[in-house]
Amino acid sequence: MADGVGVDLDNVWIRFGDFVAVREANVHINGGDFFSFLGPSGCGKTTILRAISGFLDPSEGRVLIGGNDMAGIGPNKRPTALIFQNLALFPLMKIWENITFSMEVKGASTAERRKRADELLDMIALEGQGDKLPSELSGGQKQRVAIARALCAEPDVLLLDEPLSALDLKLRQHMRTELREIQQRVGITFIYITHDQGEALTMSDNVAVMRAGIIDQIGTGHDVYDRPATAFVASFVGENNVFRGKIQEIQGNEALMQSNRSGLLRATITPSAVGELKVGDDAMMFIRPEALALANGDSHDKARISAKVLSEEFEGNSYSVYLEGDGGKEMKMSMPNLGQDPEASRGQDLTLSYDVGNAMVMPAGELASE
Amino acid sequence: MKSNVFVSRLALGIYLLIFFGYLLGPLLIMSLTAFNSNAFPSVSPWACFTFEWFQVLFHDERILNSIKNSVIIGIGTVILSVAMGLAASLVLTQVWAKWRSTYYTIIIAPILIPGVVLGISTVVFWDRLSRILGPASDALFHNGIFLTVLGQSTFIASYAMLVFVARLQRYDPGLTEAALDLGATHTQAFRKILLPFMRPAIASASVLAFLASFENYNTTTFTFGRYPTLTIELAQKVRYGINPSISALAFIIVVLTVFGAIALEAWRRNKLKALAVKEGTAPVGRSILPGFLRGNWAAVVLVLMSFAVITVFWAGQSYSPAQCKQRVLELKQAETQRRIQELQLQRQIKRQADALKGPDIFGPSSQSGTGTAGDNPFGGVFNPGNLEGQSGTGTGPTEQPKPEEEPKAAPKPSPFGGVFDPGNLDDVGGN
Ligand SMILES: Nc1ncnc2c1ncn2[C@@H]1O[C@H](COP(=O)(O)OP(=O)(O)OP(=O)(O)O)[C@@H](O)[C@H]1O
Ligand SMILES: [Mg+2]
Repeated sequence: MADGVGVDLDNVWIRFGDFVAVREANVHINGGDFFSFLGPSGCGKTTILRAISGFLDPSEGRVLIGGNDMAGIGPNKRPTALIFQNLALFPLMKIWENITFSMEVKGASTAERRKRADELLDMIALEGQGDKLPSELSGGQKQRVAIARALCAEPDVLLLDEPLSALDLKLRQHMRTELREIQQRVGITFIYITHDQGEALTMSDNVAVMRAGIIDQIGTGHDVYDRPATAFVASFVGENNVFRGKIQEIQGNEALMQSNRSGLLRATITPSAVGELKVGDDAMMFIRPEALALANGDSHDKARISAKVLSEEFEGNSYSVYLEGDGGKEMKMSMPNLGQDPEASRGQDLTLSYDVGNAMVMPAGELASE
Repeated sequence: MKSNVFVSRLALGIYLLIFFGYLLGPLLIMSLTAFNSNAFPSVSPWACFTFEWFQVLFHDERILNSIKNSVIIGIGTVILSVAMGLAASLVLTQVWAKWRSTYYTIIIAPILIPGVVLGISTVVFWDRLSRILGPASDALFHNGIFLTVLGQSTFIASYAMLVFVARLQRYDPGLTEAALDLGATHTQAFRKILLPFMRPAIASASVLAFLASFENYNTTTFTFGRYPTLTIELAQKVRYGINPSISALAFIIVVLTVFGAIALEAWRRNKLKALAVKEGTAPVGRSILPGFLRGNWAAVVLVLMSFAVITVFWAGQSYSPAQCKQRVLELKQAETQRRIQELQLQRQIKRQADALKGPDIFGPSSQSGTGTAGDNPFGGVFNPGNLEGQSGTGTGPTEQPKPEEEPKAAPKPSPFGGVFDPGNLDDVGGN
């Protein structure tokens, strides 16, 4: 898929007055990739997208599309199409007119436009609805019209700004797979913005995780989930149990951390922090709920934590068990639902074990606020 | 309890009656005067039902010409103020938030400035400018239509802007961005996205601007030059005495307004109905009315009104109030005759009383009774002769008093009390 048009952000800064919305962004997006920007609300995702599509100029740095510097090129001259956060369908135009607006402004005939609109309506499974107005469609249908309208412009890069955020869960999941399918069919670069980490992980080839204008990590879904570069990424992407403490000992890529509440914990140093993390540094260790298990006889090679069961939640395919560690530290652990009765263990002291390879330790940093 | 409700309903009814009477009464009366044959606009005394004032109106060159001027100026003002108002409102959404309220105040100021001032300043400004630019610009800068359009637009554009700002507040600027993103130029985005969105506001601003221009007097009175508008012409007419052709014009305007309002309502209802039909929520039922009238009272009224207007117009062609007018004329002449006689009688009585009085015991007051108009302290204003001339407009030659005529009716009580009582008089006369 390397034949698509790539996008590069080269040391991009974007300021609004004194406020820095995007700080030193360096991103390389491969042509034909499904690339996501993931981050909490207000971290500057839309701002980056607007800089790529040409609605605002970076205060510093360059935006390159297909290797060409886009400075001074307006949004109507860039090979991008943006699907707006609120869709921005033209309320007074019929669906088919909406979809083929990009052809209209190039002077295409009505017959041509009708034909193309019918093709695209077929693709988004809205055959025969071209003569409706946007207000007469459901949320999911509008969504698809917005996608068709953007695709009709035949962009090299499609930019999507949280297009699924207004939909209910079921429809959102459906649209995720549909978007992914469309992307694979048309083979163009998709740059997708979301604050939903599940969305980013399921759809993307690569993900950039942002925090307050700063890009913390760029990598595949596995990278950011399994080997988070910063405490923020670790706490923002998926669920994680965090332990704070000081590094006591370092052996290769493993470290022993004296935690504030749960004693000595052994963990793997996250790749980006190897060599950086020193003995005596403030550190944070993260372990995913699904990486914790009940200790049994054959787990001598694993690290251990003891904790008391507080409560549990049934989640269908699994249970979430909430525990209290030694120093009153709260933890969450997830257990597959195999027919056991976890209520029986409420109030019991348990010994939990985990694989050192699954626990990540890194310099202490800001956590994502829940 | 029940009676309480009744009383409050009644009170509300009365209140509404008074309110609408206050609001619409003058219009109603004015409309009625258009059909009364009296030369001065009046309802009572009712003389004859007539269409002649419409004839007079349609043959009044000055009124017709002023309507033409008003329409030309109205159209010019609509174009200029809608364009300026739209531009101003767009700028308002673009300017820096910090300057927005200052800008708004400046733009809105012309509404607060008296129209008279705007008129004078327009004339003065363009006069100065034409002096600077030399005689070549004179013809334009002193042209009444040019000046009036500019003068009126100074404040009408502000009204238009208010309408546009209200609409623009509901506009999503993302739509323009979406259009640009899809390859539209700025002009295309404006023409294809923003302008269609603004269309309802443009329509209402145009109507507003036209009406404001049409009825404007304060500003126009300084700027009209050789192109008097309708309001100017009407004001001049009033100064020299009016006739009911002005009521006829008012009536036409009222009818057109009502017509327009009902047409709009009918159209709106039709659209609502179309929507209801589309959604399948329209009530189904059998009716003898054709489709576009069903469930749309406004359309029904519209059709009825059209019928009425056509009928009246047709009737107006053949109806002639000549006979009635003849009768009224006769009545009037008889009335005048009667009045004259009355006055003559009074005068005679006075003369006789003077004679009877003999030596002047009342001092100067007795002079007034001598019947000569010239030395009357009121300068002859109340001279009976004058009165005859006025009340007899068009009723033929005024008759001269005939002293030998006998008294017919008892005279009114005289300011001299019982001294000159007709009873006394008889006795004297017998002497
Ligand atoms: N035109 C602007 N002027 C000033 N500040 C702005 C402007 N646009 C965005 N910002 C600020 O920049 C920051 C990033 O905004 P942005 O819209 O990119 O957030 P986002 O990541 O898209 O958030 P969300 O997920 O809520 O859409 C915010 O703090 C916002 O207040
Ligand atoms: Mg956003």
